[in-house]
Amino acid sequence: MTMSGTKVSGTKAIIERCQSLFDDLHFTAAREWKTAKSGRKVIGYMPIYVPREIIHAADMLPLGVLGGGDQLEVIHGDAYYQSYICRIPRSTIELGVSGRLDFVDGMMFPSICDVIRNLSGMWKMMFPDVYVRYFDVPQNYADDIGGSYYVGELAELRDDLGKLRGSPITDDELRNSIEVYNENRKMVGELYDFRAKTPWQAPAAEAYLVLRAGMVLPVEEHTALIADYLAAAKAEKRPMRDNCRIVLTSVFCEQPPLNLIKSLELAGCYVVDDDLLLVTRWLTEDVPTDGDPIQNLADAFLHHSESTAAKYEPNQAEKGQYLVRAVKRTGAEGVIFAAPSFCDPALLDRPMLQNVLSEANIPYIAFKYAENSGQMQPIREQAGTFADSIKLWSAA
Amino acid sequence: MSTQPLAAKPAKAPAKEAVKDASMLKQKEMMAAHYDRLSASPETGEKVVCTFVPGNLNELIMCFDLANNLPEVNAIQSGLRRQSGAYVMEAEKAGHSEDVCTYVKSDVGMIAKGNIGPNGKKLPDPDLLLLSYTGCFTFMKWFELLRERYSCETIMLHTPYVADGKITQNMVDYMVRQLKEEVIPTLERVSGVKFDIDRLREYLKQSAKAEDDLVKVLQSAMNKPSPIDGYFGGIYYIGPIFGAFRGTQDAIDYYRFLLEEVEERVAKGLGPVTPDGDMGEEKYRLVVEGPPNYTSFRQFWKMFYDEGAVVVASSYSKVGGVYDFGFRHDPERPLETLAEYCLGVYTNRSLPMRVDMLASYIEDYEADGLLINSIKSCNSFSAGQLLIMREVEKRTGKPAAFVETDLVDPRYFSAANVKNRLESYFQMVDQKRAGVRSAA
Ligand code: SF4
Ligand code: SF4
Repeated sequence: MTMSGTKVSGTKAIIERCQSLFDDLHFTAAREWKTAKSGRKVIGYMPIYVPREIIHAADMLPLGVLGGGDQLEVIHGDAYYQSYICRIPRSTIELGVSGRLDFVDGMMFPSICDVIRNLSGMWKMMFPDVYVRYFDVPQNYADDIGGSYYVGELAELRDDLGKLRGSPITDDELRNSIEVYNENRKMVGELYDFRAKTPWQAPAAEAYLVLRAGMVLPVEEHTALIADYLAAAKAEKRPMRDNCRIVLTSVFCEQPPLNLIKSLELAGCYVVDDDLLLVTRWLTEDVPTDGDPIQNLADAFLHHSESTAAKYEPNQAEKGQYLVRAVKRTGAEGVIFAAPSFCDPALLDRPMLQNVLSEANIPYIAFKYAENSGQMQPIREQAGTFADSIKLWSAA
Repeated sequence: MSTQPLAAKPAKAPAKEAVKDASMLKQKEMMAAHYDRLSASPETGEKVVCTFVPGNLNELIMCFDLANNLPEVNAIQSGLRRQSGAYVMEAEKAGHSEDVCTYVKSDVGMIAKGNIGPNGKKLPDPDLLLLSYTGCFTFMKWFELLRERYSCETIMLHTPYVADGKITQNMVDYMVRQLKEEVIPTLERVSGVKFDIDRLREYLKQSAKAEDDLVKVLQSAMNKPSPIDGYFGGIYYIGPIFGAFRGTQDAIDYYRFLLEEVEERVAKGLGPVTPDGDMGEEKYRLVVEGPPNYTSFRQFWKMFYDEGAVVVASSYSKVGGVYDFGFRHDPERPLETLAEYCLGVYTNRSLPMRVDMLASYIEDYEADGLLINSIKSCNSFSAGQLLIMREVEKRTGKPAAFVETDLVDPRYFSAANVKNRLESYFQMVDQKRAGVRSAA
């Protein structure tokens, strides 16, 4: 038996389940969760980070909304966006307009970039019955400045969701949710560690699908699912290939097609770290479960959270060092920048990150994609050449 | 995003010398003196701060005797002088993506090529980057890029986004705390000048005076015919107040001067002054959303005035501050007012607020409709504009149209396309009017 109470099955069955959750653009699992008990509510959120603990504490299901991938036919969405805007907002609009999100009671739009920022206003106009929140986070990390602002924002969110539920969210509910998410983050961390050590045992596409299941499943179920997957993956022996090890970066918002992730490994690159679905590990340490829970969430955000392009780095010497550290921690030999076309955060940050890598003598390559990119051949070739050159360097 | 051209002529001399108002000449002098001040700073020892037009805290900067260099304005200058194309390419060669804001690339390319300002002299390296993070994500990365280059002190001043249409106390408190505890102490340290709040109050008082006159100028377009063009002309009018002059006596003088000229035009029943002289008969009154194209600025404008189209109101003339709904810098609440100013700039407003504003312009200025100039590389403005267009159309019943160009990348200005779109738009307006007449 495993944590989820089901029989240990091989990775194949687990991945099949995750794949079907991934493929299901009607979010059946989340719909079923909602209808299982009357009064349940679902709150959608987009990348990059929202405090899911507060949603959970209101007995609601946080639902990751990440665009439509390469299977969604975008019929209406293109009428809302010019050709020079990335794809995730248009496919997200498509999900909304086509009724696929009609069970969602609220939508949260984090402050990742101006596209998602503006989408929050569009959502208000287009779906006036839905609770819409643009979720601003401080770009100032001093406790009495950014911290107190953020505490105020979190308190407002808590208040709003309490009203939406019909009863205020208590401190104990919040503490419980923090604990549940600490568990989840711990398990996600184990998954990432396991993959970094033995990437052939946990292929990137599998790790992604397992992580991605957490966008639609209740968190408790997701934690158990990762545990099951890890147990199964450890039990299976898979062939180790002569691949190089890379960190995949810039994939924090619009999702790369699954085929892209697969192609990297087929081309000879084991992904040993990435910035996919950062919400699952944004907070890098356990959030304390005693004391003021809102203050604890704020402290964690200010002092123990990931670095990424959407976040200001106040210390010039620290700029991009998180990437160097990721490379060192995972024993990676190079970095692949895969950015969505027209993505301001990823593309504006890229030259600075590349300079940091050059100084640290870490090789990198860069290309762009869209969530619906079909043609993987060029990416495969580029990644293959990169893998070969890394092998040559390390042999030399 | 920003404004404030003048000072420089296009590289190729126009067939006909532009007709300039006296106020324009005054502005030209102000700008020339400003650029000279900047380029002389290595000799004079004046310290230089870079900041952005939206969220430009010029009054505060003046309290520390710092010279204010605005990279967006430099990018505009490069666009008008048709140098931005080469700068953008230079930046792309150095690894900047073709997909990102061309202001940044124009700036980065200009720096790479010697950082020569519009006066033909080198612009100084900044002593400080005041990252007033207001209404545009790109700003954050832009100044991280400049910090990488100059390794100078950088202050982040984060303006929360007004997503729900209201400025909350939490937002204002956050900004005031940043100002008190980080921005002002750093300005003191870098400049060596002690902060004097009464000096700030004085400047704010001066700002409010100029703001009063600016609003009167912009609202003069409610007259028929409109004495000004609130977009192409408006870009000149907002120059001083959005740039390095808000809070100065120079700005007060400029706007008084300008207002007198405009009032005189109203009294005489004259339309706007264009680069080719007085505009002929006013046939169409438009509201425009979005920044202009600068590399073919004059050609773009001509497509309007040749057809008798005047822009009576624009959102772009509000990027450095929205004053026409009552906001004025308030010397009684010096730090709070700076916060509220930043929070209120156009690109920091939610989409529903932008729709409200554009729809009210159409009504208040009795416009024939809305035209959106969508900028390829500006997500802050552009993402969501198609919905804005439909909403405004729905609310006002007036036709709207959409053209696409870029700010300073000449590769994205297709004159034929823009002209075609405009012509069909004017026909649409005609048809609408004929429909209204026949229905009456
Ligand atoms: S892909 Fe990039 S530009 Fe597009 S919404 Fe996401 S962060 Fe913003
Ligand atoms: S993205 Fe738009 S608002 Fe931002 S700097 Fe560029 S042109 Fe200005």
